[in-house]
Amino acid sequence: MLEISGLQVKYGEIHALRDVSLKVRAGSIVAVVGANGAGKSTLMLTIAGLLPPAAGQILYEAKPLPRQAYEVLARGICLVPERRRLYANLTVRENLLMGAFLRRDQKGIRADLERMYKLFPILHERLKQYAGTLSGGEQQMAAIARGLMSRPRLLLLDEPSLGLAPLMVQNVFKTVREIRDQGTTIVLAEQNAFEALAMADDALVLETGRVIVAGSGRDLLNDPLVRKAYLGIKH
Amino acid sequence: MLSYISGIITFSLIYVIAAVGLAIFTGFTGLFSLGHAAFFAIGAYTAGILTYFYDVNFWLALASGGAMSGLVGILIGYPTLKAKLRSDYFAIATLGFGEAVRVLLENLEITQGARGLPGIPAETTLPVAAGVTVIVLWVARNFVHSRYGRAAVAVREDFVAAEMMGINLFQVRLLSLVFSAICGGVAGGLFAHYVSFIQPSMFTSYLSTQLTASVVAGGMGSITGPAVATVIFIAIPEVLRVASMWRLVAYGLLLVAIMVFRPQGLLGFRELSWAGVKRWLTLGKAAGQGRG
Ligand SMILES: Nc1ncnc2c1ncn2[C@@H]1O[C@H](COP(=O)(O)OP(=O)(O)OP(=O)(O)O)[C@@H](O)[C@H]1O
Ligand SMILES: [Mg+2]
Repeated sequence: MLEISGLQVKYGEIHALRDVSLKVRAGSIVAVVGANGAGKSTLMLTIAGLLPPAAGQILYEAKPLPRQAYEVLARGICLVPERRRLYANLTVRENLLMGAFLRRDQKGIRADLERMYKLFPILHERLKQYAGTLSGGEQQMAAIARGLMSRPRLLLLDEPSLGLAPLMVQNVFKTVREIRDQGTTIVLAEQNAFEALAMADDALVLETGRVIVAGSGRDLLNDPLVRKAYLGIKH
Repeated sequence: MLSYISGIITFSLIYVIAAVGLAIFTGFTGLFSLGHAAFFAIGAYTAGILTYFYDVNFWLALASGGAMSGLVGILIGYPTLKAKLRSDYFAIATLGFGEAVRVLLENLEITQGARGLPGIPAETTLPVAAGVTVIVLWVARNFVHSRYGRAAVAVREDFVAAEMMGINLFQVRLLSLVFSAICGGVAGGLFAHYVSFIQPSMFTSYLSTQLTASVVAGGMGSITGPAVATVIFIAIPEVLRVASMWRLVAYGLLLVAIMVFRPQGLLGFRELSWAGVKRWLTLGKAAGQGRG
């Protein structure tokens, strides 16, 4: 579905991604794991069209991905960014509707709102509340729901577990699986390496902008290097 | 006396048109312009030259002034907005643009340089200004309630998130800029045909600053707020004209007071409406009765 090869991204002099390659199969969950500053967010932003690549190519359904964020969204790729970036001064409902900005099918939008309330019952109770006053977990739910309102075929989730209590993390990951089961392909950037790898079909580990290991989620869970560095398991 | 008052109202309305235009740009996309006097000047000169030298119909000249400003808006907006200049750099770019236009006007043949254009026909009357104001307010209101308006608010609140929602940042910003440029141009055309004499020194960055101050003081994200603020800013110095130098002090104090007590502007991002005014009045009455 998505095929990235030889991707390089720079912030001025800083080389944030070096020669990153990645394949995403339709219907899979792909986990991108790495420590702080490894380049996970950079990768996500680049796919979403918010950062220009310095080299390399991104193919989406066998065609080069457009380089403008709004065109990327129109092709069905939606990013739920790190720290959520909800519209604090808009209500939850208005935020969700913002997610459907490019759509014009009022009926479909209404149906999808209902779908979101089923997926995130918490949000249903808080539709009229300003997004800025939601708890962290609720905000994450709202951000994911807003992303889904664009009906993406590929959803990019950047650290959805950030700042959440363990129970809430379980909750979010459960939802991620549900979303995939409903047919949306997912790329998930995470520091919570264990949970992310356990649920991923494919995964890769980034370290200072390079892919150091890649394979199936299960392989990486058993990889001694990964176990030591990211799962904190010593032999 | 009556003509004096109607004069002040006409004058205020001309600035209201320019300020409402700027409100659509700054108030809804969050980018500050320190060069909007240039659009005002371009409209004033285009319309003024057309009626003065070529005897063009006033309304046609007015429309041409707006169109010319809009065109220049595209020319200046295309490179600056495409480059996604940070908000402060964008403001500096517009400052330079404003000065450049003024210098150009001072040196062109057709504008008669610093001497200016005397004797432009006085076509702008109170009904004319009022009519144009109503049209501009109506268009602005429709813009705000359109998809573009919602997109513009999203851009102002968080432009990165807006891009993620599929909003074409460049398009929304350019459209708002061009709309505000057209409003500025029309206001300039009205101005030229009101005062009958224009010269480049009337369109300095002081005018730009005043327009931006009206938008900020009136409330970013409101249309009626900046309109009300403009009237206050134009009317108060006029009323205080007897106090000569003190009026500028009062003007400054008023601005500081608004920013201290209502940093979100007079109306915040709300609009003035009849329902709102009524509610406010009945509340006042109820409170009065409660006390009495
Ligand atoms: N806007 C920027 N300008 C300059 N350098 C940046 C910028 N954004 C990120 N970087 C640098 O690029 C590198 C990768 O950052 P990135 O945000 O992609 O990491 P990350 O893996 O998402 O980390 P985290 O887990 O902390 O979110 C870091 O060294 C960071 O300092
Ligand atoms: Mg990150």
